[in-house]
Amino acid sequence: MYPLFFFVFATAAVGFAINLLVQRHPIHSALSLIGVMASLASLYLMLGAEFIAAVQVIVYAGAIMVLFVFVIMLLNAGEEERTDRSRLAKYLGMPLFLVFLVTLATILSRQFSPNSMVQFGDFPGHTADIGRRLFQNFLLPFEVVSILILIAIVGAVVLARKETY
Amino acid sequence: MSLPILIFTLAKIVVILLVLLTVVAYAVWFERKLVARIQSRWGPTRVGPHGLLQPLADAIKLLTKEDITPSGVFGLVYLLAPALSLITALLAFSVIPFGPVTEVGGVDLFQIADLDIGLLFILSISSMGVYGIVLAGWSSNSKYSLLGGLRSSAQMISYELAAGLSLVGVLLLSGSLNLREIVNAQTGVWGIIPRWNVFPQFIGFFCFLTAAIAETNRLPFDLPEAETELVAGYHTEYSSMKFAMFFMAEYTNMLTVSCLATLLFFGGWHGPTFGPAVLQAILPLFWFSLKVLCFLFLYVWIRGTLPRFRYDQLMAFGWKVLVPVALGNLVLTSFIVALWSA
Repeated sequence: MYPLFFFVFATAAVGFAINLLVQRHPIHSALSLIGVMASLASLYLMLGAEFIAAVQVIVYAGAIMVLFVFVIMLLNAGEEERTDRSRLAKYLGMPLFLVFLVTLATILSRQFSPNSMVQFGDFPGHTADIGRRLFQNFLLPFEVVSILILIAIVGAVVLARKETY
Repeated sequence: MSLPILIFTLAKIVVILLVLLTVVAYAVWFERKLVARIQSRWGPTRVGPHGLLQPLADAIKLLTKEDITPSGVFGLVYLLAPALSLITALLAFSVIPFGPVTEVGGVDLFQIADLDIGLLFILSISSMGVYGIVLAGWSSNSKYSLLGGLRSSAQMISYELAAGLSLVGVLLLSGSLNLREIVNAQTGVWGIIPRWNVFPQFIGFFCFLTAAIAETNRLPFDLPEAETELVAGYHTEYSSMKFAMFFMAEYTNMLTVSCLATLLFFGGWHGPTFGPAVLQAILPLFWFSLKVLCFLFLYVWIRGTLPRFRYDQLMAFGWKVLVPVALGNLVLTSFIVALWSA
């Protein structure tokens, strides 16, 4: 059952990603991005990473993308205007992309034997384990990241209030 | 999974869905009756005794009405939006347990799916629910719809944060994201009062209730569909069954929030059980339904008595009052829990 679901969601993720690039209206692109994130969340879920799947949906699909859509609607952004495409990309784009893909696949398959990979449905990390790791083994990185985000929030507020001085 | 269990599970899902939709239909009747009483009117009285068949008549009316699609809409998105609203609303209900574990033939009767991350699942699904409203507003090609959609997206983001933060206190007390375990952590009594989370977490409870009312777009926070300023807000251009889908989604969300408040703060199905075995099996369901009904009553009561916020008041209240209070509650609770366990 898992391989079938994997191909369904993997195809959906890639399909949405391609659609994201092809669509000319920003809202349609944003919707495709939500589709990509939802498909990825389903893949995480099949690996047993329930917490990461839920957070992926809550944070990325539910909060960040709502802001994207909000801004697109507020600015009333129209369809993008296509310029003449770069000739370099037209002829070299696809071959270079294929070379990159093959290289990546070879390195990954040499680096990891099939036995050492995570199997569907037997991911050992439960939500409590993630919390324990985060607040015991990785407490310093966690706190540093929180301060970084705090600085970003303060910076955003400062930038937004500048005009009133 | 064997075939009989599969069939039994499917049957369970269908039955729960039918019951849910009936309850949603009668929640509309309940609200119309109650608001009418608050305003010294009778409410629906013509169809059936006390207007009890009114939901049926409304359903037939909505199904047979002409479906008008205005010109200049964004086709696919316009069709997708009501479905998205209803699907997310119904999906959130799939992890709600409404009774103790009662297994018949290997299938738990009173819950569709017992997820370890039940609470996070509900939060993530409800955070997706905003897209239905936002996309409806945007794709309708109407200024009122667009304004409704814009207001909704900003409102949802602001109040989702407060709702999420106010629930962390409950998680700290029960130490689990599983809804059943949260309810089971509230068994027993302190002296004469039950061990419900609402007593140690009353600040969190009020934050959650306020944020949840705002998230379900109900008065006094119904800015996305404020009929006195925006005609009907995000669903202005929808008619017939598409409109009904938004309507059902709104009442399903109300019901989910009422269930969630009951489970997290009011001990779920816990209550005095007595009498013969059959009665003991049914009483938990009765207590659960009674508590949910109290919350539905509260919803309608608030709707019948409070005026609507202004939009800037709504934003200021969300960010400057609700989020800091929920954060303070979180810090206080974790402090006390840490001291207690030390």
